[in-house]
Amino acid sequence: MVNAFRAGTIVAVMAATIGWFMVLRRQTFAGHTLSVVGFPGASGATLLGISAGLGYFVFCVGAALVIAALPRAGQHRQSEESALTGTLQAFLLACGYLFVALYKGFLNGVNALLFGSFLGITNSQVTLLFVVAIAALAGLAVIGRPLLFASIDPHFAAARRVPVRLLSVLFLILLGAATAEAAQITGALLVFALLVLPAATAQAITARPAASLPLAVAIALVVTWLGLLTAYYSPYPVGFYVSTFAFGTYCLVRFGRQLLDLTDCRPGGLLEEAG
Amino acid sequence: MTDERPAVIELSDAAVRVGGRTLWGGVDLTVRHGEFAAVLGPNGAGKSTLLKVLLGLLPSATGRVRVLDAAPGHAGRRVGYLPQRRSFDPGLRIRGTDIVRLGLDGHRWGLPLPGRGGRNAAAGTRVAELIELVGASAYANRPIGQCSGGEQQRLLIAQALVQRPELLLLDEPLDSLDLPNQSAIATLIGRICREQEVAVMMVAHDVNPILHHLDRVIYLAGGKAVSGPPGDVITSDTLSVLYGTRVDVLRASDGRMVVVGDPAAPAVHADASERGGMHHSAA
Repeated sequence: MVNAFRAGTIVAVMAATIGWFMVLRRQTFAGHTLSVVGFPGASGATLLGISAGLGYFVFCVGAALVIAALPRAGQHRQSEESALTGTLQAFLLACGYLFVALYKGFLNGVNALLFGSFLGITNSQVTLLFVVAIAALAGLAVIGRPLLFASIDPHFAAARRVPVRLLSVLFLILLGAATAEAAQITGALLVFALLVLPAATAQAITARPAASLPLAVAIALVVTWLGLLTAYYSPYPVGFYVSTFAFGTYCLVRFGRQLLDLTDCRPGGLLEEAG
Repeated sequence: MTDERPAVIELSDAAVRVGGRTLWGGVDLTVRHGEFAAVLGPNGAGKSTLLKVLLGLLPSATGRVRVLDAAPGHAGRRVGYLPQRRSFDPGLRIRGTDIVRLGLDGHRWGLPLPGRGGRNAAAGTRVAELIELVGASAYANRPIGQCSGGEQQRLLIAQALVQRPELLLLDEPLDSLDLPNQSAIATLIGRICREQEVAVMMVAHDVNPILHHLDRVIYLAGGKAVSGPPGDVITSDTLSVLYGTRVDVLRASDGRMVVVGDPAAPAVHADASERGGMHHSAA
C-alpha cells in the first residue's frame, strides 16, 4: 500500500504536468493512442518472453515517433492528424488482440494491462518510475517555455526561430515515455484519465499558466490519493475511483464556470461582443 | 531621393520563384526609417511572399535584399512580425497578457521561474506598457479565445511590438475585421508608426482604411511592382501600365478609392479569385 501511494504520487505529478501541455496542444487523441498502444506492446512482449515493461516502452515511444512523423501541412492539419492517429491506434490495438490470442491463457494479464495493478508494486518499480518521471519533467522544464509558445501560436513561434517541429517531436516522445511508465502501474485506461482530466479541470478554473499547471498537479494528487484510500476500503478497482473523482471535479468546475459566465454576461458582456 | 532618413528595407532587382514560376521580378524598392508603407495588389500577386522574403523565410532568386542593413532574417528582434490572421480557438484558456509575454521571451529555453527578480519584473512592466499602448488593458486578463477579433488583433500587435522592433511587418492585419475596427486598428498602427518611430510595412487588401496614414505604396501586379507615394502609384496611368491592361482609379466624394478593371479589387470580391487567376495566367 505504501508503494501504491508512492507510485500513485509519481504518476499523478508526471501525468498532470505532461497532460497540461497535451490539453493545451489539443493532442488528447494522440495521448489516448499512446496510452492504449501500451496494451499491444506489453502483450507482444509477453508473447516473445521479454519484459512487459520493455514492450510498453518500445510501443509507446515508437507510436509517438510515428505520430510525430505524420505530415501536418495545410489548414486542416488537426483533423488529418487525428484521422491518421486513429488509423494507427486501430491497427495497433488489433495487433494486441492477435498477441493475446496467440498467447493462450493470458486472461488475467489482460486485466492488469488495461486496468493496472496499483496494489502489489515492488520497490524497484517505484524507483524506475521515479527515474523516468524526473527525466521527463527535467526535459519538459528545459523545453517548457518555447513549447508553450509553439503550442499556442506555431506560426508566430516559427517566425521567431523557435524549432516548432522539433519541439513537437520531443513532446510526443516525452508523452510516450511517460504514458508507458505510468500505464504499467495504473493501466492503459487510467493513465489517460490522469493525463486529461486534471489538466482540463485546471485550465477551466484559471487562464493563468503559472497557476493552472500547479493546480493540475494538485488535482491529480488529491484524486489519486483519495482513489487509493477509497479503493483500500472497498472491493472495487482503484481506477474507477480515481477516474470518477477526477471526472466529478471536472463536472463541478465546468458547471461553476458556466454559472459564472452567465452572471458575468448580464451587465455588458453581450454588448461588448457586438462593439 | 531627397529623403535622408536611413533605409530599413532595400530591394534591388529582387525576384521570387515559387514552384519554378517567377511570382515577381525586377523589384526595386526602399522603405525608410519611420515610414508607413502598404503592399497592395490582387490575390496571388505575391504580397505575403514579399514579407516572407524580408523575413528570410524565402530567398530572393536574383538581386539584393537588405533589411536593417543585414541579410533578411539576420536582423533578429529588430524586426517585428504579425502573420496573416490567426484566430485563437474559443476554448483556449490563456490570457491576452500571456500571449504578449510569449512575444517577449517565448523563444527562450527553460521556464520563467518566479523570484528571479529583475528580469521578470522588467518583462512584466514592458508587457503592461504595450497593453496600455494598444488600449487593451480592459480585456488583457481575459482568456484570449473569448476576446473579439478586434481585441485579439490589438493584443497581437502588442505582441509583435514587445521586443521594440525598428521594423514591423504586418500581413493583412485588417482582414476579417468589421469597418469600425478596421479604421480603429489602422489609426492605432499609424499612431505607433509616428510615436514609436517604427517603420511599418503592411500587406493590405483594401487601401481605403489606411490611405491617409500612408507614406508609401508598393503595388504588386502582373509580376512587377511599382513603389512610391500613394498619390503617384494609385492612378489610372500607373496601374494600367503595371497590369498591362486598362485600369481606372475612381475617387468617391469621401476620398475613398476604387480600382475598376482590377480583377481582384474589393469591389468585385465575389468572383475575385476566379478572375484574378485568369488575369495572372495572361500576365
